[in-house]
Amino acid sequence: MGLIFFFILAAMAVVAAFGVIFNKNVVHSALSLLVNFCALAVFYFMLNAQFLAIVQILVYAGAIVVLFLFVVMLLGAELGEKVSTWLTVRNAFLAALGLVLLTIIGTAVFENNHVFQTAGKTGDLTTAAVQQYGQTQMISRALFTDYLLAFELASVLLLVGIVGVVWLARQPQERAGPEENQ
Amino acid sequence: MINDVPVSYYLLLSAILFAIGAGGVLIRRNAIVVLMCIEMMMNAVNLSFVAFSRYLDSAAGQIFVFMIMAVAAVEVAVGLALLVELNRHKQTVNTDEMNSLKG
Repeated sequence: MGLIFFFILAAMAVVAAFGVIFNKNVVHSALSLLVNFCALAVFYFMLNAQFLAIVQILVYAGAIVVLFLFVVMLLGAELGEKVSTWLTVRNAFLAALGLVLLTIIGTAVFENNHVFQTAGKTGDLTTAAVQQYGQTQMISRALFTDYLLAFELASVLLLVGIVGVVWLARQPQERAGPEENQ
Repeated sequence: MINDVPVSYYLLLSAILFAIGAGGVLIRRNAIVVLMCIEMMMNAVNLSFVAFSRYLDSAAGQIFVFMIMAVAAVEVAVGLALLVELNRHKQTVNTDEMNSLKG
């Protein structure tokens, strides 16, 4: 039962991923991206990562896709690329490169399959602990003790990102300093 | 329901999504779609992190995914702002025409 559900969702995610690439209209690409993100959120639910599933929907589906759509509309770039056919020599070569990459990663997965199956469980996020404390509580405990430095660095990164975006998005005449004005 | 999907299936799905994203970065010339494909590659890696976190009972994978999401959000914001700025200068989002560092 779980396996069938997995394959249906996986097919959805893969088709949506192809849709991102092969849609000529960028708005349709963004909507395919939304489907892909939502399918991954359901995978996170299947993998007992409820907190991440909600964050995935909030951040990716809620914020990032909307940002993409906003910029596409702002630039009027939904049909910026004139694509008559996808079947060119260049695209075939690049698709072959992607297949080579997939073969390498797939071989790595198959060669190490026995390790995945026999690996000992190392962490403390066990089913009993999750039922006692709750998933989000255990994640946040790890986040604010062992990974506190990374958390603070992420906040600094977000601040730098905000400042950078505000500076980039100003009008050109505002940005030029007094010495650059002529 | 959850335990009957082996971890290698999740890893293979992650590899497929990553390869599709990488192919999209190479094939498309619209910079917005290229950014979308980079997001897809990040999401593929996130999936394998969560799968490992589930099968090793470890919280570390989920923390990493959390950090990747923060980085991805910043990256998209800065990348799209750069695109808007570039569009002001050259009136295009085609990566083939972005061939000079100094406008």
